[in-house]
Amino acid sequence: MPPVDFIVHGALVLLLPPLLLGVITKVKAAFAGRVGAPLLQPYHDLIKLLRKSSVFSRTTTWVFRAGPVVGLATALLAALLIPLGDRAAPVSFEGDLVLFAYLLGLGRFFTVAAALDTGSAFEGMGGAREATFSCLTEPALFLCLLVLVRASGSLSLSGMLGPSLAGSWPHAAASFIAVVASLLIVILAETSRIPFDDPSTHLELTMIHEVMVLDHGGPALGMILYGAAIKLFLLGAIVVRIAVPYDGVDPWSGRAVFVGGMLLLAVVIGVVESVMARLRLLQIPSLLVTACVLSAFAVVLLAR
Amino acid sequence: MSLLVVAVVLVGASGLPGLVLCREGTAGERVATALLVMGSGCGILSVFFAPPEANRIDFPWSVPGGAFALSIDAISALFLIQIFVISALGSIYGLEYWSQADHPDNGRKLRFFYGLMTAGMATLVVARNSVLFLVGWEIMALATFFTVTTEDHLPAVREVGYLYLLATRLGTLCLFAMFALLHAATGTFEFVTPSARAELSTAIFLLALAGFGLKAGLMPLHVWLPGAHANAPSHVSALMSGVLIKMGIYGLVRICSLFPNPPLWWGGVILCLGVVSGILGVAFAIGQHDLKRLLAYHSVENIGIICIGLGLAVLGRSLGRVELVALGLGGALLHVWNHGLFKALLFLSAGSVLHATGIRQIDRLGGLLKPMPWTGLAFLVGAVAICGLPPLNGFVSELLIYLGLFRVVIGPGDRMWLAGAFAAPALALVGALAIACFVKVFGVAFLGEGRTERARAGHECGPLMLVPMAALASGCFVIGIAPVLVAPVLDSAVAAWAPEWIGGRTPLAHLAPLGSVTMAALTILAALSVLGAFLGVSTRRAVGGAVGTWDCGYAAPATTMQYSSSSFGQMLVGVFSWALWPAEHVPGIHGVFPRRTSFHSQVPDLVLDRAVYPVARSVGRVFAWMRWLQLGSINAYLLYILITLVALLLWR
Repeated sequence: MPPVDFIVHGALVLLLPPLLLGVITKVKAAFAGRVGAPLLQPYHDLIKLLRKSSVFSRTTTWVFRAGPVVGLATALLAALLIPLGDRAAPVSFEGDLVLFAYLLGLGRFFTVAAALDTGSAFEGMGGAREATFSCLTEPALFLCLLVLVRASGSLSLSGMLGPSLAGSWPHAAASFIAVVASLLIVILAETSRIPFDDPSTHLELTMIHEVMVLDHGGPALGMILYGAAIKLFLLGAIVVRIAVPYDGVDPWSGRAVFVGGMLLLAVVIGVVESVMARLRLLQIPSLLVTACVLSAFAVVLLAR
Repeated sequence: MSLLVVAVVLVGASGLPGLVLCREGTAGERVATALLVMGSGCGILSVFFAPPEANRIDFPWSVPGGAFALSIDAISALFLIQIFVISALGSIYGLEYWSQADHPDNGRKLRFFYGLMTAGMATLVVARNSVLFLVGWEIMALATFFTVTTEDHLPAVREVGYLYLLATRLGTLCLFAMFALLHAATGTFEFVTPSARAELSTAIFLLALAGFGLKAGLMPLHVWLPGAHANAPSHVSALMSGVLIKMGIYGLVRICSLFPNPPLWWGGVILCLGVVSGILGVAFAIGQHDLKRLLAYHSVENIGIICIGLGLAVLGRSLGRVELVALGLGGALLHVWNHGLFKALLFLSAGSVLHATGIRQIDRLGGLLKPMPWTGLAFLVGAVAICGLPPLNGFVSELLIYLGLFRVVIGPGDRMWLAGAFAAPALALVGALAIACFVKVFGVAFLGEGRTERARAGHECGPLMLVPMAALASGCFVIGIAPVLVAPVLDSAVAAWAPEWIGGRTPLAHLAPLGSVTMAALTILAALSVLGAFLGVSTRRAVGGAVGTWDCGYAAPATTMQYSSSSFGQMLVGVFSWALWPAEHVPGIHGVFPRRTSFHSQVPDLVLDRAVYPVARSVGRVFAWMRWLQLGSINAYLLYILITLVALLLWR
């Protein structure tokens, strides 16, 4: 891979994710008739958190600090495997989709373990929900990726989401539409958005992701927020690439379309968050099973 | 080769001197461990230095149909190494865990049968004659019964021992029938490819699946497994879960290798059973309250993963696709090793917890990472490895199986690819459930605050218990970081399994991105160190040690208010209630001042409690009229045997 591509890939992965959060907040504010926080507010928040000092409970051990570290590290490494738009990923090999999913799993393992390390029932509750719901998103994610594997005949993410994608659309349109819908549900669930979780509620009892990190502060909290934003970015990059399989005539037009697609995705998430209410916790599994069934349909439709 | 015979004799006799030595002294246990470790060393050396031309010996043996035929091929070698390594480590661990001083009543018995169990397993994986195979199988099975029932003064232990004995008798019965049919098909007790007669092959396959599946603990046949693993001493549990149940896999692998053109449905059946075992095994594990029982259900899950790989290999052989055989069988056999490493590690660290606190109930533990830092770390390594997460070894074997399934997906055929398209997400579901289950166990047992007085009084175990754990944990790291090291072993095992494709075989290192796995593992470790150092530097002025958890401002938190493992698993048990049938006692709350009440929930074993026991009870009632035959006197039984023999002779 040429060094320019590598640098641009790294810059997009490192710089763009907080902007998506800013766009989502702005859209929600617009729906509520408010001006809302500036688009760049998430960056300011991260910088502020990095400068703050921390408090560690006497209950906690090194696992509590390992949670944010592993969460951010795995998200950053997973970013090396995801192609952005029509540009291939820096690292690509057969079966890298398994590594991608399992890296996120490793991050989840330690994030939940860090939550349990505080000994607080709130954090335990959040951890249990996070672990439970991702059990249901994981098969959906794999079914979606397998549709791409079958359609492209390639076993690596860069190949699956590569130039052959646009050519597969005409004969696999039904499957791809189901995949996009299913992946949208997966993104909303994995990144703790409405209708699964409300990041801005004040009721700890009803939260999922936010309640897991209640006791983290300062740089550790910054790492968690940054890692979560990158995760949103990565899952979003997959769905944007499937929905907009545009192969640019030159590298920059492809990238521009990709960034535009990502911003559009952020707007869509913002609209969903504004027009929907949170689901009751007990109904969340049904929606996630719906996502699984939808992606299973996508597989079956491909088998016609 | 003769070195192996020496090894088996040394290991098998390792407990003998202890029987005649002083009951209270430490000499017996030291001699037993020394002999077992020496024997295991010889065994491992014999595998490495077996000259390929002379690795078969035949002794004369007077047993009808039997021949003392031993041989080490690549498949035997793989299992042999695992048997000897884990048995030796478990024996060292046992010196402290089950010392003669603490257990004068049953320590010698345990050590005697532990060695015998190892020797039986080592015999059966090198046997090339079905009678000798069955002799090894029976030594292993019966010795295991005595190690499981080490604490036979406890009624619960006697019950699971009896159940185990029934299950293993039933399995052996299937194997007798299977080998008899194999003899009918081939005319010899050697392991050779039978002539093609479809219905006979089908019967052989189904009997092998039942007999070996019972030992391996495949899902509907797993009934004996959770109780036996939970109630045996922990290093015996480690040996059982790490090695013993793999003997079922070995038998299945060996029998499947005899059929070069299996029908398509054979692979399909193994694959489906694997998926069912994988998903339901981990689902049942989530509902367990007992730490060792939970680990035992994870053995069912991992046997499922191994069977997914084996089923894929059998499918590949039917379809004539060599890459599926290599990836499926390579992944399955590597998972056999990996599961041996991390499951033994988990059982040993669970044993340390049990040793230090005397508690097996997860919900009564808590906060153990502080008093037991090394045991906790060992458990964490095992937990991350069993979830199949990088950079540890579980990831590598699961990746191989995934790659095989993906190749089915992109392969030709109208419908065949759907098998891969649904098995791969099932494997992903198993992985995600395993993460939920192990983060729960690790978090509830080792993190937070101790929930009971005994949990708070936990202490780190001694070096004799820590060193075997450290060895197993480093094994998890080595295979996870450098899978290239084991690829040749797997390649030759695949070659021995399907010898018909000597020519057009691709080595595993070309089929799977093993180099990329190494790079990924090293990058993960590097990234963790860099970010960890960053967090360490940026929080060096942190306030620590003086304040408690914020807990949303609650001022008087109690340790019992922490999230317990039952509450953690409650939603998932609910999601899987269609399979688990959880039993809950929910008290009603009445009146303005409700009285003190209690809540309890449990997940009983569906097959055992709702199928096997009721059926066994009604069958028992039906056959009650036959009890007059059982007079309880030897003379009468000898008479029965005589009458049967005479009847058989007349019939001939």
